[in-house]
Amino acid sequence: MALAVAENLFRGSGADTRLLAGRSRRNGKLVFPCPGGSEGEDFDVVELAPEGTLWSYTIQRFKPKPPFNGDGDEVNFKPYGVGYVELPGQLIVEGRIVANDLSALRIGQPMRVTTEAYRTNETGEAVLTYAFRPASEGEQA
Amino acid sequence: MSDIVIVGAGIHPFGRTDGRTGLEQGVFAIREALADAGLEWSDMEFAFGGSSAAGSADAVLPRLGLTGIPFINVNNGCATGGSALLSGYSAIKSGEFDIGVVVGFDKHPRGAFNADPEASGLPRWYGETGMMLTTQFFANKITRYMALHGISQRTLGLVAEKAFDNAVHAPHAWRRSPVDLDTILNAPMVSDPLTKFMFCSPAEGGAALIIASERKARELGLTGPKVRGAAIRTRPVGSFEVFAPALEIERGKSAVELASAAAWEMAGVGPDDVDVAQLQDTESGAEIMHMAENGFCKDGEQERLIAEGATRLGGRMPVNTDGGCLACGEPIGASGLRQVYENVQQLRDRANGRQVEGARIAYSQVYGAPGLSGCVVLER
Repeated sequence: MALAVAENLFRGSGADTRLLAGRSRRNGKLVFPCPGGSEGEDFDVVELAPEGTLWSYTIQRFKPKPPFNGDGDEVNFKPYGVGYVELPGQLIVEGRIVANDLSALRIGQPMRVTTEAYRTNETGEAVLTYAFRPASEGEQA
Repeated sequence: MSDIVIVGAGIHPFGRTDGRTGLEQGVFAIREALADAGLEWSDMEFAFGGSSAAGSADAVLPRLGLTGIPFINVNNGCATGGSALLSGYSAIKSGEFDIGVVVGFDKHPRGAFNADPEASGLPRWYGETGMMLTTQFFANKITRYMALHGISQRTLGLVAEKAFDNAVHAPHAWRRSPVDLDTILNAPMVSDPLTKFMFCSPAEGGAALIIASERKARELGLTGPKVRGAAIRTRPVGSFEVFAPALEIERGKSAVELASAAAWEMAGVGPDDVDVAQLQDTESGAEIMHMAENGFCKDGEQERLIAEGATRLGGRMPVNTDGGCLACGEPIGASGLRQVYENVQQLRDRANGRQVEGARIAYSQVYGAPGLSGCVVLER
């Protein structure tokens, strides 16, 4: 059993993950993440395309300060990717990047949305966030 | 209309000063600026000032004198100092005041800035999953820029090498020892492609300016550089800024491009007229991209210009002559005024060891979260 880090952020998991955006009822523009609360009343929740191309990227090499609450301490912190993926005709979305070799990423390469268990909560459950993975790598266990 | 003249400039050395609060560093800078102008605190008619993390700027008042003057606290991220200057500029331009002080100071804990998602109108998960870091924004922006415009990682290293070389000659700088290019390039990565020497560090410091109407300066027998242009602009649609979970596909101009265009127009001069420039160098790539965004070159030309040494002291467009943020560190509230302080030194031929001979027009530009930029054009 895995938990999502937030509601109305994405649906499903793994290869079936879909990001949720808001479409403005006023001007039709897409907004990610979908605004919540009273602001959210002006938006319809829509799924974004699952595939796009890598727009830019970097690798987070040190453990961020709070509110970051991912697994690992300063010593055994595992660097993770953070980048932007252009979803054609929709938006350029920022997300964590998972890849077999983060240093082999290239701008323009096809990427696919997925989920990543970025932390384990107090009761031992995995907490999922969305992420992007090179489309060529497929979905992995 | 009367010009505005910087009749005094003061600074508290940047870096780390244990045992001295940010506020005390601001007071120090104001006293230095007053001494520079040969004036007293009681001569000041107004003050604008701010800090991001070191408290209310008007807390300097009990230390300097409760003279009853209007003191307006400014809090505008990395453009706090620039905003204080612009506010003081407008106060004098309006004709309401003739002379006053603008000040910025700060003192940040060690390590990268930690951000509060709610304070920026962002959801909690954005911070919890580790995406709310300014370092990631700058790394993402330069990674794409390098790919589109043919900038090499070596050029990132050359920018940092220059910063530390220049800082050797700047008494107010923090890191004043040269670091060779191989050390810079082979240092641990912070956020690829940027190594630890290519990022500025949060720091401490204070800077203050005494500004006056031309008439008042003449009356007091004081001279100094004139403020020819000063502008602040915020992020337009289609720009790429810090803390952006998503971007529009159609790309637009940046806050820097808007602010610089406004400053050039106000000053009636352009990038070709500038003799010395201080450009926001939160990291090496920012200086490179800001060269183009401020109009000093076309996208991609930086690779050749920096290899030729054009931006070094003695080059044809010296940039960040005191080592910039890379060598001075980043006390958010003070950085913008540090740039102007350095330009004042250049225009008064006081930049010993780093002087740009005969500098007549000096330019400075800050950039910061959540996507704003402030530019100032000075004339000797």
